[in-house]
Amino acid sequence: MDIEQIEIAEFLKRVAPFDALPGEEIEQLARQVDIAYFKAESSILMAEQPLSDLYIVRSGVVETFRRTGELYNRLSEGNFFAEQGLLRGRKAHFPAVSKSDTLLYLLPADVFDRLFETYEHFADYMEISEVERRQTRVVSASSGSDHELMTSPVASLLQRKLVMVSERLPVSQVAQRMSEHSVSSVLVVDSEQNPQALLGILTDRDIRNRLVAQRLPYSTPASDIMTTDLFTVAHDDYVFDAMLLMLRHNVHHLPVVNNGVPVGVIAISDLVQHEAKSSLYVVSSIFRQNSVAELAKLKADVRASFVRMVQQDANSHMIGSAMALIGRSFKQRLLELAEEQLGPPPIPYCFIALGSMAREEQLIVTDQDNAMILDDRYNEAEHGAYFLALAQFVCDGLDACGYPYCKGGIMATNNKWRQPRQVWHRYFQQWIKEPSAEGLLHSSIFFDVEGVWGEQHWVSALKREISGLAKTHIRFLASMVRNALLRTPPLGFFQDFIMETDGRQNKTLNIKRRGTAPAADLIRVHALASGCMQSNSFQRLKYLQKNAVLPKGKAEDLRDAYELIALTRIRHQALAIEQGEEPDNNVAPEQLSDFERRNLKRAFQVLSNAQKYLKFKYASIQ
Amino acid sequence: MFYLPKENLALAKAEPDLVVQNWPDFFARQHKQAQHPLLKRYYQSKVPKPNTPIGEVELLAMDMETTGLNAKVDGIVSIAVVPFTLARIKVSQARQWLLKPRYQLTEASIKIHRLTHSEVEAAQDITDILPELLALLAGRVAVVHYRAIERPFLHETLLDRLGEGFHFPLFDTMAIEAQFHRKKLSWLKRLKGSRPEVSIRLADSRRRYHLPDYRPHHAATDALACAELLQAQIAHHYSSRLPIGKLLL
Repeated sequence: MDIEQIEIAEFLKRVAPFDALPGEEIEQLARQVDIAYFKAESSILMAEQPLSDLYIVRSGVVETFRRTGELYNRLSEGNFFAEQGLLRGRKAHFPAVSKSDTLLYLLPADVFDRLFETYEHFADYMEISEVERRQTRVVSASSGSDHELMTSPVASLLQRKLVMVSERLPVSQVAQRMSEHSVSSVLVVDSEQNPQALLGILTDRDIRNRLVAQRLPYSTPASDIMTTDLFTVAHDDYVFDAMLLMLRHNVHHLPVVNNGVPVGVIAISDLVQHEAKSSLYVVSSIFRQNSVAELAKLKADVRASFVRMVQQDANSHMIGSAMALIGRSFKQRLLELAEEQLGPPPIPYCFIALGSMAREEQLIVTDQDNAMILDDRYNEAEHGAYFLALAQFVCDGLDACGYPYCKGGIMATNNKWRQPRQVWHRYFQQWIKEPSAEGLLHSSIFFDVEGVWGEQHWVSALKREISGLAKTHIRFLASMVRNALLRTPPLGFFQDFIMETDGRQNKTLNIKRRGTAPAADLIRVHALASGCMQSNSFQRLKYLQKNAVLPKGKAEDLRDAYELIALTRIRHQALAIEQGEEPDNNVAPEQLSDFERRNLKRAFQVLSNAQKYLKFKYASIQ
Repeated sequence: MFYLPKENLALAKAEPDLVVQNWPDFFARQHKQAQHPLLKRYYQSKVPKPNTPIGEVELLAMDMETTGLNAKVDGIVSIAVVPFTLARIKVSQARQWLLKPRYQLTEASIKIHRLTHSEVEAAQDITDILPELLALLAGRVAVVHYRAIERPFLHETLLDRLGEGFHFPLFDTMAIEAQFHRKKLSWLKRLKGSRPEVSIRLADSRRRYHLPDYRPHHAATDALACAELLQAQIAHHYSSRLPIGKLLL
């Protein structure tokens, strides 16, 4: 029988230009490669060495050098090298060295020649990529492991010229400007009042969809068809953040600003190269799966992404938002599949996420916490069955994909949490106006809420109402304070045990219950008390700092402490996954280094002081 | 590769594992004693001397899928091999055979190995493929992950078919891994079970060398995975000059 090299074929199918070859050609290629492993810092090719293969990086990082010893290119998974040498003279032009442990697939020269002669696009790709490389020569632009995404600022991607137009410029002239500068988007500014103020963005696609397809006259002003709901990134944000933002909101262009002043635009095409190689690749694969069973198979990929991000020193915010984005994408795809199966919804609805996913602080060990807001026309007899089935489909699907059912029953399958808009508004009014500490204990999770699918603007309206009401209802805040103080950090933290406030000693510490959760609770209370609309703890802290809600320096201290505790928890879970165990939240001080223990102790002290401050601030109304 | 739950490893232990000190002598003796011409020819092949540098030796990664763990009662479902050296894994020369096991396949093992019933029916008898398998093994050192599967199963199967057993030199990537990653804890600590031992299963071992994750339970993939692992282990812990006698089992 013909041997089937599944892994090699699957890999080649993901890698340009092989991805465009016919399936049977790829199967055949998979049977023709050789494989070689190089440990970090080994020589792979020497200059002038006779060449017999095209080198494809299966995993790891390889660097090639000029004769002068200067770095020529850095290649990672899915990149290839030695094609110039193969095309001309069959000798290596650039020496190559493995930067990390590297596995290479080697495609024999005669096979390479055959592909080059048979497939035009393959030949083009080999030649064009060479030209392109000669032009850019920028190492950071051609490579793209997570590590680089997490450490390169967005500004490093800004190559194209920034083109700005006045809001009143007719689209025909906008299009001319775009061709002149060969850009696919322009920023629209208010030329009269304040030329620095960004009003919107206009893209190729907008002109096609909103002008040409709608048969509007070419004299239509730019402001009529531009996109005004803008997401922007700061020039010193990381590329990874930009990628998250684009995937999260499904936008293809992001204006880049420096202190609010537009300095450029990055397009999704600047990032696709990176995306294929990053942990976020799993997001696009989620949307390619066509059944719950297929989605469930991605569970291992999600865990691998998580571990990889930890290994590459991502901060807790990056990991939390990436995992939240992945969780969100699972929900969205499940809802798409559910709607395909059950038919379109009879009335509008919004699927919402609660708790850590809404705060973008999701990790691996996480229950599904979700709910559904229905249109006010909801009628039990007529629509009840549809939405119950929808909720059931999604919650079962999430469970299969590694997000177990919520033990507290906070799921859209629960009738209480699948209600019309007016009922939801009533819930929140009740919680805030007639609070009881016990009642709020179980519902504080609802104060971290984000729309996932459907009428997401309903959630914004709900959040506006909450932020208006909460800050003026003292008894509500007092109850939230009381709950936020129920869980305390441990007092002492020693070599191999934890000292509790009452003198008891424990071997392990539940770092969620004693660390991240009380910290998030505490930050939430301050946020609600000061009318902050953000959900993410770090963004809430930024708001608290900016509006001087906390004493000087305290928001920063709390941020650092929270980051440290969260990272300890993340590393603990990643380690468990690497060792093939189920990740949990129980950290034993014994597993930590002296350095980690010292810092963790300090972080718990900051948290403890912050709890004392919260108690003191609301002492009068307790 | 049969994926063993950690605690079951002991169950699969082979019959008294024959320990060969001097392979060239062993081959010479077997060549005289063997009855079947195929085996006679195999033992006539050159077996590398123990002081040969590993970089100069031809290798053959091998993986087997079986109906169970006990070589006495279970059978071989498929065998995959891939010839390689420390420098190159020759995927183009890889071979895989589906075999008729001696005993009926259970539904469960068909599922584990993602076989279809028609594939099982199209399978060959081991005697059909033996000439090719032995020709590939001749002059090469076999490489397996966990020797207590491949060796006893080949031995028992041939004993059953040809009336003669079979023994061949190999490197065991799991034994190599155990050497470097199992002995870090003192016996006292292990006794107390304070920390989990490092896993030396194929997938976990590969990760330590930053090899990509491959999906398991496919003999061709597992043989490949094992070959890559040996390349990585030698690169990290030894060098291509290592005399093979140090690792030969």
